[in-house]
Amino acid sequence: MREKILYALGALAALLLARNIWVMLTGLPDEAFQGAIFRIIFFHVPAAFTCFLCFFVALVASISYLKSGKMQWDSLAVSATEAGLAFGAANLVSGMIWARIIWGIWWTWDWRLTSMLVCWLLYAGYLVLRRAVEEPAQRARLSAVLSILSFAVVPFVFFSIKWFRTQHPQPVLYGEGKMDAAYRAMLYLNWVPLLMLAAVLIAIRIGQENRRRELDALRREAHSI
Amino acid sequence: MLFLRQAWTVAQKDLRSEFRTKEALNASLSFALVILLLFSFAFDPTAEMTREISGGLLWLVFAFAGALLLNRSFARELENDCLDVLVVSPVPAAALFLGKALANYILLLGIEAVCLPVFGVFYNADWTRQPAWLAIVILLATWGITIIGTMFSALTVNLRLRELMLPMLVYPMLIPCLMAAMQLTTALMAGQAPSGDQLAWVRMLVGFDIIFTALSVALVETVLIG
Repeated sequence: MREKILYALGALAALLLARNIWVMLTGLPDEAFQGAIFRIIFFHVPAAFTCFLCFFVALVASISYLKSGKMQWDSLAVSATEAGLAFGAANLVSGMIWARIIWGIWWTWDWRLTSMLVCWLLYAGYLVLRRAVEEPAQRARLSAVLSILSFAVVPFVFFSIKWFRTQHPQPVLYGEGKMDAAYRAMLYLNWVPLLMLAAVLIAIRIGQENRRRELDALRREAHSI
Repeated sequence: MLFLRQAWTVAQKDLRSEFRTKEALNASLSFALVILLLFSFAFDPTAEMTREISGGLLWLVFAFAGALLLNRSFARELENDCLDVLVVSPVPAAALFLGKALANYILLLGIEAVCLPVFGVFYNADWTRQPAWLAIVILLATWGITIIGTMFSALTVNLRLRELMLPMLVYPMLIPCLMAAMQLTTALMAGQAPSGDQLAWVRMLVGFDIIFTALSVALVETVLIG
């Protein structure tokens, strides 16, 4: 039953994504200055939203683990972190493709690009830390602490954007709202399938984590016999 | 009050054992000097070049030397199961942590006090133009490095690959702190007192120190005891 729901959700996400891409290519006009390539923003920005939402879920799960000691929370934390890293990578790569065409370079040490990369590395460190700890309860505890510390540093990394001169296009969603309403609607609309995709990925990973833990427990039981 | 006295006792113990062997101190200090030497090959140390990157250079040296020093902070207690004894002693984990952080802070400041004049001599940089502000920036940013480094030293103490894990986890966490310190130090070396935008960096350093001190003190018990 659970698997069927996941498949259904995944299929729905794919359908919605296909519909959005169709509208993007046929319904929306090219942007005045950037031409066709501007459509990357419909994936670039929602991917970043999803990435940080996943990291936030990982934070909540980590705190819940420390409070309750239930291993399910640890599974959720690691699954959300992995999904967040995947969407973070999508954000970075799509940004690089856009930069190659508009700026003529793949990468620039603009603070916003740098801070996204820093966040990505922080959470990649989380996965490396997990591999270095053998004992499940200790692994869950230490990685929960690391997740909390990492999330605390994210605002520091990002608030410094405002104090640093930046090459990145200015925010188009808040402030003086330079983005056309149709574009903006599409941007949020395209966030929906990405969120569904993230939910499916996380649910699958939680299943894997739970099974791995059961296997570990069985193996230990076998050893004791 | 008792809490502070306990923390100070731990700090005294750490400092005394460090000054008897000078293990970490010597290693970290000579490492810092080696890096200072190596940087001279990475770029042409002309006056103009040095003025532009002096802050970055200096803080990279401090961060590298710091990681070496902080790595030993909890690891030194593994011999003879000292860490277990410290954990079961009546000293709360937070006092133990703060004491160790304080000892590391003093040691790291000592290393920086030696490196700074050496840097001035090697790269012909005048670091005495804004002594009060430079002292404030060094005190704030070094506390940031120390608190994060000590916390991760506690976090990784029981792991295999400890020496590899610490720098990998610590440096990305330290980026905002180092970034602010580098910006400010470069400006101070050029003789400009912080104003406007620069003061925002000072505020960020203060915020960084407060938030991570509070978080570490709150979480260290979970890390050490569970």
